[in-house]
Amino acid sequence: MHPCISLTINGVQRVIELADPRVTLLDLLRERLHLTGTKKGCDRGQCGACTILVDGRRINSCLALAVSHDGADITTIEGIARGEELHPLQAAFIAHDGFQCGFCTPGQIMSALGLINEGQAGGDAERIREGMSGNLCRCGAYAGITEAVLEQHNKLTEAKEKRVA
Amino acid sequence: MKSFEYVRPASVAEAIIAASQPGAAYLAAGTNLLDLMKAGVCRPHRLVDVTRLPGLDRIEPLADGGVRIGALVRNADLAHDTAFARAYPAVAEALLSGASAQLRNAATVGGNVLQRTRCAYFYDVASPCNKREPGIGCGARHGENRLHAVLGWSDACIATHPSDFCVPLVALDAVVEIEGAGGRREVRLEDLHLLPGAAPAVETVLAPGDLLTAVRLPAGANSLSRHARYLKVRERTSYAFAVVSAAACLSIDRGRMVEARLALGGVAAKPWRARDAEAMLAGGAPNSANFRRAADAALADAKASGDNEFKIELARRIMVRALALAAAGTPERIPALPASPFATQPGALLDA
Repeated sequence: MHPCISLTINGVQRVIELADPRVTLLDLLRERLHLTGTKKGCDRGQCGACTILVDGRRINSCLALAVSHDGADITTIEGIARGEELHPLQAAFIAHDGFQCGFCTPGQIMSALGLINEGQAGGDAERIREGMSGNLCRCGAYAGITEAVLEQHNKLTEAKEKRVA
Repeated sequence: MKSFEYVRPASVAEAIIAASQPGAAYLAAGTNLLDLMKAGVCRPHRLVDVTRLPGLDRIEPLADGGVRIGALVRNADLAHDTAFARAYPAVAEALLSGASAQLRNAATVGGNVLQRTRCAYFYDVASPCNKREPGIGCGARHGENRLHAVLGWSDACIATHPSDFCVPLVALDAVVEIEGAGGRREVRLEDLHLLPGAAPAVETVLAPGDLLTAVRLPAGANSLSRHARYLKVRERTSYAFAVVSAAACLSIDRGRMVEARLALGGVAAKPWRARDAEAMLAGGAPNSANFRRAADAALADAKASGDNEFKIELARRIMVRALALAAAGTPERIPALPASPFATQPGALLDA
């Protein structure tokens, strides 16, 4: 019998048999669970296309061994919309032309979600750009990406502050 | 990637036994190791996963005024720890100037200190590299070497140590705690990494099975917090390794530098402490003439290892600039572009 790991993926708990310890979280999501929204760009931690949230924090899933993440709570791009209703960040990327070919977009959006959770960027475009520098966009849609993230950063942060108050 | 046996020990003692065998490697976040394994540069038979070991993920203030940082603390958590960043601002700035937010969320303190060089010839298994395969030769020595070492290199190896974190740490007299087959011991960070000499494959003083469990900053390191900066020249604005970097930490009283700490990154196989320069600065006024004299002293032994003579002049200017920025005072908040020489800062000598 092969070792099993347990992962909560987009709110659903899964027990997964791992015959090979070499499998990364990225390959597990794409090849085993057919969650192909998370993209394999460089596969070396340089492009950010594979960004997912693990326990609420953004990481590169290409450089994370699945076997080492037993018990983790994972959110991928497939897990953020509410049914047919897009997540506000997804809608903002459309509204601000935050992509052209779209290959980097799932990673950009998951990274932006992580950035907003971290609460370090403030409403500052320069800090947003710096905080998003781990996500490359070959089409060069950075201007739209920054606008979309900045807008949603401010909206979501405001909404969070209201809930706390 | 070559296959391997995966083990997850429950205690440090079990980990040391599991990792003492030839071909075993410790796995923390894996942000560097997995990359090296995918390239075939590292081919461990066994990975010993230390991420679940208890007690290594804390930032502990010590009774004497120092701080102990567990080896499993994530780079981002350390940089964003308010008390830590206030006491050691140059360390926080260095951390935030490294890699990307995703990598900083995963990468650990221990992994950062023990990361391998990014020399392209080390990474390319089709090229000769004395670090990867002792005695085979160095592809970089007569190759593309404009980013390679200008201090402490040898004909066998001209690679640099890529860590930003280590540069202010070495300036602040950091100590690493190590658990091994013979028990627990401590090594000054300055003595952990080895210069290449004739044996560049031996990169640290660690023995097989040795586990770096913590980094400690001694009492008094926080007394330099009001004048502390890290400055790093990259080939792009963000998300790149240092071409050259410098950490400068000063204690200034009545117009004199009571104490000065200075270290360089990206110039040698280890974080480079500039002790001669520090001695020249101590007692003097924090002005550009003194900064220039100190920077000259720091680079007295610097020598191009190839097409990288420019790095010596760049290092000189980055040290002068880092000292000037440190003297001007630690900013209230880490700049939007951490450690960037292109970020404007009042009082800085932008043409230094």
